[in-house]
Amino acid sequence: MTLVDSVLKGDRLALARLLTHVENNTVDGRTALRLLFPRTGRAHLIGVTGAPGTGKSSLVNRLALHFRGRGKRVAIAAVDPSSPFTGGAVLGDRVRMKDLSSDPDVFIRSMASRGALGGLARTTAGIVQVFDAAGYDMILIETVGAGQGEVDIVRLAHTTLVVEAPGLGDDIQAIKAGILEIADILVVNKADRPGVENTEKALRSVLELAHPTLRALLHHGQAVTLDVAVEIGAEGWNIPIQRTVSTDGQGIAELADEIERHFDYLHASGNWARREQRRLASELDAILQQTLLDRFHADLPEGRYNEIMRQMIDKQLSPEEAAHGLIDGGTHAQAGRRGSRGAK
Amino acid sequence: MSERKIRVLVAKPGLDGHDRGAKVVARALRDAGMEVIYTGLRQTPEMIAQAALQEDVDVVGLSILSGAHMALTPRLMELLKSNGQTDIHVFIGGIVPDEDIPRLKQMGIRGVYGPGASTEDIVRDIRLAAEKRAS
Repeated sequence: MTLVDSVLKGDRLALARLLTHVENNTVDGRTALRLLFPRTGRAHLIGVTGAPGTGKSSLVNRLALHFRGRGKRVAIAAVDPSSPFTGGAVLGDRVRMKDLSSDPDVFIRSMASRGALGGLARTTAGIVQVFDAAGYDMILIETVGAGQGEVDIVRLAHTTLVVEAPGLGDDIQAIKAGILEIADILVVNKADRPGVENTEKALRSVLELAHPTLRALLHHGQAVTLDVAVEIGAEGWNIPIQRTVSTDGQGIAELADEIERHFDYLHASGNWARREQRRLASELDAILQQTLLDRFHADLPEGRYNEIMRQMIDKQLSPEEAAHGLIDGGTHAQAGRRGSRGAK
Repeated sequence: MSERKIRVLVAKPGLDGHDRGAKVVARALRDAGMEVIYTGLRQTPEMIAQAALQEDVDVVGLSILSGAHMALTPRLMELLKSNGQTDIHVFIGGIVPDEDIPRLKQMGIRGVYGPGASTEDIVRDIRLAAEKRAS
């Protein structure tokens, strides 16, 4: 029986081994992804992102427990950064997920970013596909959480949670609109801490700045509870702000409800199909880029890259000229003349 | 594709209350280019074996200060075996009396590192084991 067959039969060791193949982009891993791809598309992919210290891991733990209580099979992919100097990593997200360790319908996999910069590893999409094909209903993807540029998640997940916490220096200037824009649901975790009202106000202000129609709608007497403030999103989804305390479970049931509401909304509005398309297009582009680059390097004559690199270091070629020199071929002299702006 | 990363599970079984040593080892392994999954405190052998399985690790490092190694090790080795993970390099760091080491080695523990051991020793032994596995 092949590894793929074993995985589809529910063999957890086979699943773990297949995940390793996919993570290392082996031939067997790529073959397996090809075979499993038709079985993907059922799972709800939920991204969890936000700055370090906001409690993402313990939130993921609570959510997973809650979804288990609703009878869902849950997989978790938790990404942590690799050291840019040594290539190693300490992956500590499991520390917060001990409650899940004995549950046969939960699978937690830690991944190192291995140099990728957008908050996910390059192979996270593949890992998620394996979980999907293996029959997990909810897949929680926890990103590297530096908090600003880590927006790869929005191209992978159906529902993206952005997690904030009070007292981390978040005032209206500090909250970066970029990270908030990717949120389908905003979570204010550690909501038992002082400053939670200010954090929520600041989030609401930034959302209002992005969506000025909100103010008019709120003034028309819509009831806004202390726990949930609704905002108008670009595609007709009201972006809720949900307070949680992940250490004791407060707000988790409500958050899970919001997540399921978003799932229903995506299907009802046709946005599920649109996001799937975007997701797949984004993955296709990523693979194209990597494959083309690899092939390009393989086709370069021996030493050509280093030769051009040397000319660039000696300031004989600008980076742009160097790139075109490699792509268009030609001698050093030709490349220099072609790129010349008369400066020499 | 770059050289395959060694994945290590660093676990604190039993009732040990602090994990400074485990964290020192975790950081050293990271500095040696390995990917270290750290479990946190108060792990049972069942929890450690499950983590080792899901993470498909090459190495399990047990940090044991409380003297519980003779009780915990057999159970863990049995679980790893029954889960199908027979080729994991398992080592123990912490407080282990010399006279227990032969029994531990018989159980399948590949290295025991007391307070005097250096992290370089642990790294070297892990790398040697990985080379042997690859060949």
